[in-house]
Amino acid sequence: MEIPEIFLGYKRENGRAGTRNHVIILPVDDISNACAEAVANNIKGTIALPHSYGRLQFGADLELHFRTMIGTGKNPNVAAVIVIGIEPKWTKRIVDAIAKTGKPVEGFSIEGVGDIDTIAKVSKKAQEFSMWASEKQREECPISDLWISVKCGESDTTSGLASNPTVGNLMDKLEPLGVHLCFGETSELTGAENVCAKRGKTPEAQKKFMKTWSDYNDFILKEATNDLSESQPTAGNIAGGLTTIEEKAFGNFQKIGSRQFIDVLEPAEEPTKGKGLYFMDTSSAAAECVTLQAAGGFNIHLFPTGQGNIIGNPIEPVIKLTANPLTAKTMSEHIDVDVSKILSREMNLDQAGDELIKSTIKVANGRLTCAEALGHKEFVMTKLYRSA
Amino acid sequence: MANTDVIIHDEKDNVGVVVIEKVTPNQDCNCWIMENDKSAKIQSKSEIPLGHKIAMIDLKEGDTILKYGHDIGKVVKHINKGEHVHVHNVKTKKW
Repeated sequence: MEIPEIFLGYKRENGRAGTRNHVIILPVDDISNACAEAVANNIKGTIALPHSYGRLQFGADLELHFRTMIGTGKNPNVAAVIVIGIEPKWTKRIVDAIAKTGKPVEGFSIEGVGDIDTIAKVSKKAQEFSMWASEKQREECPISDLWISVKCGESDTTSGLASNPTVGNLMDKLEPLGVHLCFGETSELTGAENVCAKRGKTPEAQKKFMKTWSDYNDFILKEATNDLSESQPTAGNIAGGLTTIEEKAFGNFQKIGSRQFIDVLEPAEEPTKGKGLYFMDTSSAAAECVTLQAAGGFNIHLFPTGQGNIIGNPIEPVIKLTANPLTAKTMSEHIDVDVSKILSREMNLDQAGDELIKSTIKVANGRLTCAEALGHKEFVMTKLYRSA
Repeated sequence: MANTDVIIHDEKDNVGVVVIEKVTPNQDCNCWIMENDKSAKIQSKSEIPLGHKIAMIDLKEGDTILKYGHDIGKVVKHINKGEHVHVHNVKTKKW
């Protein structure tokens, strides 16, 4: 198949391109959720991104909170941003960082004003942003403007056999065209860590990967009461036939095809070493992982599933594929791409990869994913430790 | 081409994955080895659902299960060729 060289995206002020054109109302902290949601309810064409944290965090955990907030605002799928926090200082820090992209952004704080007047004031600004953004048109963008993140969920053996290798096939075909790619799931590479480390393009990348993985594994060994066999593999994984974390890891690892990664990113860190594949240190919980990847700047997501994970994200469209024929049948409203014919040998990996590329371009051009149509907007902050 | 009942990733693997709704005891299964596109046969000894593994050889306690050509865990209870391989007879070597 000839791979399309362009897609229709929204060109942003900083040279990036979006596959979506969201105006977001971003609460800095949990107590600003009500205000953000009220504004989004008032003003059509805006979405609120409520979450559970943002108070009394400190150290690396607070830095991650800021990185996630700022990265979400900077994501090219976002046209304009309203930031609402209880107090002005942290709000301003987020606004100033997002403003560097050149996109419209404005911050508001609730203390000394109250919810009702804040909602009225913010709604006026949100209306202006929403109507401004609605004039934006999709334009032809090179395929290299796609930043594709991947993460699998509710995996079973069909994931490792077919749906993950389909994503790998897409990576093998699109990486030479200059796209950015990202995989994560530190915990779910356990068992395949040495094989994965060898995929680092440089000795530095390999070393950084092993350090990231070891730190994670040390944390698991410290916190685990006996072993992780109740959580990894999950009950869903086990029902699907996955027996051990090692088996899950080697299946998971099929998603990067034969690619090498050029760097290891902190959670929610934006890649800066140019086109190619990156590993991001993330949890393997679907919503946490995708939220971090979106905050890293990725603008379209591929999500292979076995038993049927249903996750979506508010700003990064999540395309789901499965090779499990039962899931494709029983959960069809969640599955964008059915590659179960690989198992019956009616379709090969090359054909499946091509199908996935076609669907990815369609979604990049604006077609809603199943998760978008069903209203899935899971925005979940990663918390490193408890607050002060 | 005969229908595929079981897929084996790598020629070195000692387990295959059932890819039909289920296999029943004493069913003669057609296996496809993905790595080299070869075929093999196995007679099942248990009922095994879609996505679950079947032993391609006899496996004794302490043996290593190979899938994708890699070590995915250890045998903790003897498994006969054709039997269901899962959490009741295989455990992780991690954690």
